[in-house]
Amino acid sequence: MVTIAAIIYEPGSTTKNKTGSWRTFRPIMDNKKCIKCENCYIFCPEGTIYEDENGDFKINYDYCKGCLICVNECPVNALTSIREEK
Amino acid sequence: MMNKKQFPREEYFAPGHRGCAGCGASIVARMALKAIGRDTIVVNSTGCLEVFTTPYPETAWKVPWIHTAFECAGAVAGGIERAIKALKKRGKYKGRKLVVMPISGDGGTADIGFQSLSGALERGHDMVYIMYDNEAYMNTGVQRSSSTPLFASATTAPAGKISKGENNPKKDMAMIAAAHGIPYVATACISYPEDFMRKVKKASDIEGPAFIQVLQPCTVGWGYSTENTIKIGRLAVETGLFPLYEIENGDFKITYKPAKRKPLKEYIKMQKRYRHLTDEDIEILQKNIDEKCKLLGLE
Amino acid sequence: MEKTDIVTGTIAAAMAAKLSNVEVIAAYPITPQTHCVETLAKYVANGELDAEFVKVESEHSAMATCIGASATGVRTFTATASQGLALMHEMLYIASGMRLPIVMLNTNRALSAPINIWCDQQDSITERDTGWIQIYAEDNQETLDSVIQAFKIAEDEDVLLPVMVNIDGFILTHTVEPVVIPDEEKVREYLGVYEPKHAYLDPDKPITQGPVGVPECYMETRKDLNDAIEGSKEVIKRVNEEYYKLFNRKYGNGLVEGYNLENADTVLVSMGSVCGTIKYVINKLKEKGKNIGLLRIRTYRPFPKEDVVEMLKDANNVAVLDKNISLGFNMGALGIDVSSVLKNKKVCNYIVGLGGRDITPQNIEEIINHVEGAKDGETKWINLRE
Repeated sequence: MVTIAAIIYEPGSTTKNKTGSWRTFRPIMDNKKCIKCENCYIFCPEGTIYEDENGDFKINYDYCKGCLICVNECPVNALTSIREEK
Repeated sequence: MMNKKQFPREEYFAPGHRGCAGCGASIVARMALKAIGRDTIVVNSTGCLEVFTTPYPETAWKVPWIHTAFECAGAVAGGIERAIKALKKRGKYKGRKLVVMPISGDGGTADIGFQSLSGALERGHDMVYIMYDNEAYMNTGVQRSSSTPLFASATTAPAGKISKGENNPKKDMAMIAAAHGIPYVATACISYPEDFMRKVKKASDIEGPAFIQVLQPCTVGWGYSTENTIKIGRLAVETGLFPLYEIENGDFKITYKPAKRKPLKEYIKMQKRYRHLTDEDIEILQKNIDEKCKLLGLE
Repeated sequence: MEKTDIVTGTIAAAMAAKLSNVEVIAAYPITPQTHCVETLAKYVANGELDAEFVKVESEHSAMATCIGASATGVRTFTATASQGLALMHEMLYIASGMRLPIVMLNTNRALSAPINIWCDQQDSITERDTGWIQIYAEDNQETLDSVIQAFKIAEDEDVLLPVMVNIDGFILTHTVEPVVIPDEEKVREYLGVYEPKHAYLDPDKPITQGPVGVPECYMETRKDLNDAIEGSKEVIKRVNEEYYKLFNRKYGNGLVEGYNLENADTVLVSMGSVCGTIKYVINKLKEKGKNIGLLRIRTYRPFPKEDVVEMLKDANNVAVLDKNISLGFNMGALGIDVSSVLKNKKVCNYIVGLGGRDITPQNIEEIINHVEGAKDGETKWINLRE
């Protein structure tokens, strides 16, 4: 059943779509090196980097498309990348 | 180097959308919504952002959002703004400021949506209009818009044996918006999030129309690898090609001054849309920038 | 209090919008509509109507503004004609597709080129398939009543579609007639406040309106639209009856109005103000002992197929008068529609009154005489100059 005028009543429902499968490269975060500048957090086009309860930045690989902006923008090389293994 | 938690943690733009890896338009949307917060109503013109965020039955938006057509974000936003006024007369939204945020690409702003935008600015609707500028019609496959810069290759202005790509200079939308005498106009770039988000917030606090042109590199249209979206945007600013400024009640102010402008060549060489250019061509573009920067005091 | 005023059709429509307590009006001037939005502007300027009046820069923006306002959950109104309606074309589909109960007055005027400000119905007929309910009023009283009814119909939860009230340019827009103006409180009580449940932009309940209709859902949205506009027939009839009980005026069954149909072998079918001329001719011929009927299509979309079949069942000569022409088909739209629903019956089509060409009682008599001797399927252009 399609809703009236195809209105979408569930906000943020694209989360059903796990774009992590798009990835060919995987960013890896080394929290020991991280200086918490928030570059990776704010520049992520998916909003897939989050701060956990300990204040560490983590990557949600369900959605990370592997663009590697985070790796490129990390000023202390806390983020590196490896080829995704299928 | 930066303060802890400088950026709001609330997310109003969900992952799972179909934007390309490294998409600059997604970054615009995510940052702008973080800056304003939950009481935002988004009016999206037809374009990449609209298409990749709302394939029925999914939406990436966690704020109320509407799309109608390509050329009318200004008019639709005006209708919403007046409807909110009408609803306030009924007693709804007491003491709250709802921010109407039209968001359109360069085509939807500088070309097909130009009349609707001009009308909305002239009528003084309280809104924060965001032009996400990726300098061509990316959604339909990189056709030139009036915001495509001189000598960039686009699919309807391709570089060829007798063509250097786009043969007209980039239309200056921010200055055209400013000519409407509206209270706030700014340029911004996603590579400078503090600057961009501060401007969006300021625009949302001001009564009346605000216009922000935000440059966002596009991996597909500009031809570079996905990790360089922010780097290229930064170079656009550091070279003086895309100066960051704001015009508040008529007062012009540069908001970021590069210590020493970088050569344009660094920016050009990273993008396939410019790969046909010779050193002489780049020199022409460099001279254009030097002249513009002189006018703006960006020596 | 109810009172009688002598007003034009455009002013009657503006009065109706005021009585209906519209909250957002988006307006752009175009002949012969302009008096309507000027009157509304005056009401707002004098504090007689507490509405937001948006002085848009085009008809495209007028409809876009109404769409934005309606999608936020308020009652909206605009008016246009001809080129303005054509400019809105794209947005008309969007208004109906988004299920927004916008009400619009269209003052029927010919389309360019050559530019012509006078009456025909090509403009609204061209928008036939946009999913808008189309009502054609015969006089200024019906114009006022139809605009009020339009809000009731549009906002009905089983309908939720935009409504276009059409009146003939100059013939109604610039001609004064006595019009009964209902009591404002009574109208407002009847209509209530527009509070949509399906679509409104609200940060407290964020929804996405106007998403990408992927192939897996688009066809269903069109079917829903078609079901809604077909289903609106019952609502239009019900509103016609309710309105009669409250305000003592009705227009046929809301969809069609029959006039002197009993024992009429020859029946004319048409829409809008020309029906007044036809009634005059019918009365005159009746005095001479000739019995002619009229079936006035009041609601053109949804098309009252069942009523047309039923009410024309005894007629042998059906003459359909069209103030529009389907170029390349040599018929008007109403002629095509009526022919398609009437089986085994003589239907002839008469193209009349394009671009303000007069339709005289003599022309009507000429049509009657012609159809009685004509073969099925003939099309004739009336009052053409040599």
